[in-house]
Amino acid sequence: MNASSLTSILIWLPIAGAILIWILPLSRYATGSLALLFSLAEVGFWIEQAARFDFTRSGLQMEERATWFGDLHVSYHVGVYGFSMWLVGLTVVAMAACTGYGFWVGRDRSRAYFGLMLLLTGATVGVFVAQDLLVFYAFFEAMLIPLYVLIGVWGGARRMEATIKFVIYTMAGSLLMLAAIIAYGLKSGTFDLVNGPTSASRWLFLGFMLAFVIKAPLFPFHGWLPDAYREAPPEVSAVLSGVIAKAGLYGMLRIAIAKFPDPTSFYRTAVLALAAAALVYGSLLAFRSTDFRGVVAYSSLAQSGLIALGLFAGTDLGFDGAVLQMVAHGLISTSLFLIAGAVERRTTTGEFRFLGGMARGRPALATLLMTLGVISLAVPGSASFAGEFLILAGVFQRAWWWSAIGAGAIVLAAMYMLRLISAVLHEARGSTVADEALDLRPGELALVVPLVAGLLFLSAWPAGISHHSFFGQSPAASVRSQFK
Amino acid sequence: MTLHTTHVDWFGLGPVFVLIGASFVALLCAVLVPRAVRRLASATIAGAGFTAALVLAVWLYVDSANGHTIVSGAFYRDRWTALGQVILCAIGLATTLLGVEHIPGWGRSSDPGRRDDHIAEFFALLLASGAGMAFFVGAANLMVLFLSLEWFSIALYVMCAIDYDPFAASVGGKAADARPEDRDAFGVAGGSLEAGLKYLIVGSFGAGTLLFGSALVYGAAGTVSFDGIARAVASQGLTGDTFLVTGIALIVAGLGFKMSAAPFHMWTPDVYEGAPTTVTAWMSSATKVAALLLAFRLMTTAFPHDEHLWSWAFAIVATVSLAIGNFAALVQRNVKRILAYSSISHAGFMLIGLSAGSALGGRALMYYLVPYSAMAFGSFAIVAARERELGVPVTLENLAGFGWERPFLGVAMWFFMFGFAGLPLGGGFVGKFYVLAAAYRHGWVWLVIVGVLATLVSLYYYLGIVRAMYMRPSAELQVQPGGSVAVSGGAPAKEELLHVAVGAAFVVSLGSLFAVQPLIELARHAARAFPL
Repeated sequence: MNASSLTSILIWLPIAGAILIWILPLSRYATGSLALLFSLAEVGFWIEQAARFDFTRSGLQMEERATWFGDLHVSYHVGVYGFSMWLVGLTVVAMAACTGYGFWVGRDRSRAYFGLMLLLTGATVGVFVAQDLLVFYAFFEAMLIPLYVLIGVWGGARRMEATIKFVIYTMAGSLLMLAAIIAYGLKSGTFDLVNGPTSASRWLFLGFMLAFVIKAPLFPFHGWLPDAYREAPPEVSAVLSGVIAKAGLYGMLRIAIAKFPDPTSFYRTAVLALAAAALVYGSLLAFRSTDFRGVVAYSSLAQSGLIALGLFAGTDLGFDGAVLQMVAHGLISTSLFLIAGAVERRTTTGEFRFLGGMARGRPALATLLMTLGVISLAVPGSASFAGEFLILAGVFQRAWWWSAIGAGAIVLAAMYMLRLISAVLHEARGSTVADEALDLRPGELALVVPLVAGLLFLSAWPAGISHHSFFGQSPAASVRSQFK
Repeated sequence: MTLHTTHVDWFGLGPVFVLIGASFVALLCAVLVPRAVRRLASATIAGAGFTAALVLAVWLYVDSANGHTIVSGAFYRDRWTALGQVILCAIGLATTLLGVEHIPGWGRSSDPGRRDDHIAEFFALLLASGAGMAFFVGAANLMVLFLSLEWFSIALYVMCAIDYDPFAASVGGKAADARPEDRDAFGVAGGSLEAGLKYLIVGSFGAGTLLFGSALVYGAAGTVSFDGIARAVASQGLTGDTFLVTGIALIVAGLGFKMSAAPFHMWTPDVYEGAPTTVTAWMSSATKVAALLLAFRLMTTAFPHDEHLWSWAFAIVATVSLAIGNFAALVQRNVKRILAYSSISHAGFMLIGLSAGSALGGRALMYYLVPYSAMAFGSFAIVAARERELGVPVTLENLAGFGWERPFLGVAMWFFMFGFAGLPLGGGFVGKFYVLAAAYRHGWVWLVIVGVLATLVSLYYYLGIVRAMYMRPSAELQVQPGGSVAVSGGAPAKEELLHVAVGAAFVVSLGSLFAVQPLIELARHAARAFPL
């Protein structure tokens, strides 16, 4: 197989799988197995892609280009850089785990459900590999379509409000991005991201950034987040916070920062301030949340802020740390939401006041949640410690007080994580925790353990990502040179 | 004495003649063919007529690389005309498929013995209106323009009212069972006659406006032919002449009625709601195609010197259409009315392309029409299926559970709604991108912003339809499905032809997302007909 076709395969294989599932009248079990098979095949193709990726070469790799419509110079152009390859990996792994979760809990209307999950996989991969602005936009929007239905059909009681809020918020941002794309593309004569020139227009920068800060999200654009994360089925919340949010952050790196160097430095302080606000405010809200998913949801807001802090620091360490932290946090929050789902299935609630004492007799649950909590609060030696350290060191080079704020927020992270762990695992036994509630079953372990194993691997060797995301010694130089 | 006769390019008028000929044959069917096979026979004639005209139009497209006028400068034989005719004939073919099962509409399907009363007349009128539109898109002077406009409009007035049944109240059945508020003054459910009358009165007013405008333009320029007007304006320095400008304004208004652009839209929701849904599907797609294509040709060919005036006029009409169409749709509960307002807002989008007045705008318009008409037709066809099933008008409430009960139609509707909203599930996304690009290149950033904000507003009601179909359990349904029993005397309606028509619309709107380049090439060749 040609290496460059791997990128397209990663996009279109799950979409083909979705269509197949919609067409074939299979039973629930067969549908779920087929979907799982497709997502595992997707992981396999990604491993193949990672194995063939040449980290010693600069520029775009495994590139494919075909004219989409010539008169406006729009082409189907896809390819991967180091950092986008890691994010594709995060997507396919997290989506496989979440698809598996849907299979495990036996979602009803299975053909619709699994088709949409696969469609979501393909669209998200498309965002991370698109090298043409319109293709990027198409996939960015396409993610919304399955998400809308997944939350609206399989979500909780207040799902209607949650979906409308989610869609209107994100579309408000991305439609202004469409206006910005049209302006950028027609002005520069190409929509290509690789060959396109940089732009000094602040308006266009703001148009793009609005879409990304809503998707990420950053304070104060996070209004959709608590409802969507609480009302979505747990595996969809896992995807939202683990993967979809990263699309916003990826957009900042790939488009906003790389294509708009002057506006980036002009607005740097403003964005850093928003990011710091998201970090502190998200951590405080997480600490005050009264339910499992609320803590994880708001901690995602905080983590988005932290990653944006690293990206907009504009330094070598900041970029490296941001990419590492994107992957690490993606794995953490995916696993945490899946565990939240497992807890809710056993107790019918995620409210802390009804939970507690679940560690007794449930060693696997306790061990996994404990491990994840410890990694997530950035204990030295963990993957997120590496990521957060790099980010804080990177932003320290900009100004010391940014890292002071960041370090303060990490203390808060310890507080809300430990509170979560004790409220679920320890303390007095909650009223909804029955003796019959089982420990994590092998099926659930098979979903979460690989994610945690990935985190442990990254903890042992964070340089696996942080030294393999950008070409050359200096990521900042690589970004400045448009990754060429 | 020698009689001077005009040379007539019969081939160039081929599609029009085929359609009008088929219309006559279908009309003969109404009296000569026994009732038992009348539906089959007239539908076959309509299908054959549209297919033959489609083939001829494709042939004309290939054969008319150098556009010119024929029949003494009355009609354009060029690729713009031919491509418009191709689109119109394709929609006509789909309407024929829909009409076989859904004429008469649900409101008048009570008595199985009388269902076939007007079926041959319906297909005759469908073909006649198709012929009128095929003639309209190629009009080369103001007289032909008015003549063909009336031609297809009169056919449409009758088609809107074809479900009128003076005996319905006494015969009883479904129509009499309908809620009182769904009946019009004649006791007829669905308001088909009311729709026809409304359309007749408002449409005649629009046509009168157009005619008055044409008269003023003729008075100013001394000619009715499009290129003659442009020459006269150039040679006599008429740009900004009071009569000419007033004439253009009245023509814009008259065409605005036909394309149902605000503020000339007030008939649209009522007529779309009251007309048989098959007719609504035909009107919402084909009439818009014809009116917009003709408007683009008229403006760029006859009034290039007044572009600064009409491009502003259309930009304002577009903005008003986007505002009124989208905001009014937000509060509707009846799905046909939502789709009617949505069609007003899409007229606004296409007028953005028109107002740019450039070759890019022309391509954008032509491209936009393809996925738009597929989605508009398909969504009304799905509404037709649902109202037949329920026997009452389709609202957001009784759409509940539809997506799960009829998977294919549900997915198609889901697809059309997201496509209308400009999400990348079909060509609607690329169409919006194109018209906004045309506006940007024209230097109108404000219009781009207007388009983007209008899209954002529209999301709410498009997603509302998806929500109604999928996210409410069908237990919430207040109406028991059962209308289908009345259709074919016991067995549920299979509606194979409707599925074929919806499937075709689905394929076209999805295919236009991937086949942008070929479609744009076709549109580019078509737009070469203009002096841009």
